Amino acid sequence: MTALDNYVAPTSLEQAVVQLQELGEVTILAGGTDLMPQSHAGRVKFKRTLMNIRRIPELRGIVREGDEIRIGALVTISEMMAHPLVREHLPLLVSAGDHFASDQIRNAGTVGGNICNASPAGDTLVPLMVLGAHVELASKPDDTLFRRSMPLPEFFVGPGKTRLAPAELLTAVRLPIPPKGFVARFHKFGTRPALDISAISIGVAGVLKDGTFSQVRVAFGAVAPTPVCGCATEEALEGKKLDAATIAAAARAAQDEVHPISDVRASAWYRKEMIHNMTKRILEDVSANH
Amino acid sequence: MSQQTINFTLNGVPTRVSVPVQMSALEMIRNVTGLTGTKYGCGEGECGACTIILDGVSLNSCLLFAVECDGRQVTTVEGLADDPLGRRIEKAFVDAGAVQCGFCTPGMVMQARQLLERNPRPSREEIQRGIEGNLCRCTGYVKIIDAIEAATKE
Repeated sequence: MTALDNYVAPTSLEQAVVQLQELGEVTILAGGTDLMPQSHAGRVKFKRTLMNIRRIPELRGIVREGDEIRIGALVTISEMMAHPLVREHLPLLVSAGDHFASDQIRNAGTVGGNICNASPAGDTLVPLMVLGAHVELASKPDDTLFRRSMPLPEFFVGPGKTRLAPAELLTAVRLPIPPKGFVARFHKFGTRPALDISAISIGVAGVLKDGTFSQVRVAFGAVAPTPVCGCATEEALEGKKLDAATIAAAARAAQDEVHPISDVRASAWYRKEMIHNMTKRILEDVSANH
Repeated sequence: MSQQTINFTLNGVPTRVSVPVQMSALEMIRNVTGLTGTKYGCGEGECGACTIILDGVSLNSCLLFAVECDGRQVTTVEGLADDPLGRRIEKAFVDAGAVQCGFCTPGMVMQARQLLERNPRPSREEIQRGIEGNLCRCTGYVKIIDAIEAATKE
């Protein structure tokens, strides 16, 4: 094993992707709130170089670009929650952030870091998925900066594993500005509000017009090796009147399509029950309040 | 082991240290600069005993890499001695007897300062939410919340 023996703190995206290409063995540092405890516990081994990306201005900031909102990878959870564009167009991210760890961790932890950690229980992931997020990736394999983008669900491969290439950096997440009539809910279920790793989480979003639910997106956290789409649940809801029969069918579909494991936080049976009950409760709430 | 030299302001004093790149800010503050007011509780961001303020926001210094302090303003509990709001919170903690073993106190005071700076008149519930990242193992929360509430009233 090569020991950590080099530290770089690039000050531009260009410099960072060039260094990533040249140095090869690099551990990326953003907020550090996961890297520090995971490296102490031996779950993450430092590579030869530690690259602190906090000094790269291109990775900061939240802006509107056309019909999308771009959230830079280095935006902290607190910055995201306080930003006027997020509060106006993406309030789901504000309520999800409110259940994220503690104030001190929200002040340090970044949106990009939460995505790249790829925890099945990552608190921003389910909300970002139901909001239709795409991740923006950059690298410089030759003389030109190469950018690509993919839908967030495709980015996750397994716990802690993503499609990020070794010399690639996640630069931002892009979210479409929701259409009129858009409703979105996120529910995180754990034992206490603060600092808890969720036993399950559910996100539901869609357009509700005259009682009919369409453009439905459903996602679940902590029930599979990655956050997952609730495709069968979406199908049970798409284009339907949000009445008791539809809600019951969707809750059953949700329960049937998740295949969680048993661990210290909850048993598989309990997780499936909670997915059923919470999906039902969320949909009843959506139906009653619109 | 790779060492890195960094420059930052520690409680208003320009500071220059050389640290291993994987060292935490907490270890640096306690063992390199010798300020032991900031406490090591859990080392993984659960307890808040190590709370510091970096460029105006509170963080767990156990989760922060020391190298990230380069070029920034670091305030520890010792720095509150020169800060009117900090002194007011310290006095309120003393007056309310909001201390049992005292190990969580520096972190509680730092996070209370962060809370009151952003929200000068928090409700009791907002105070509870504000310190949700700080654990008191003596479970003396009532007097801690009383103290923070009292600090808003002066």
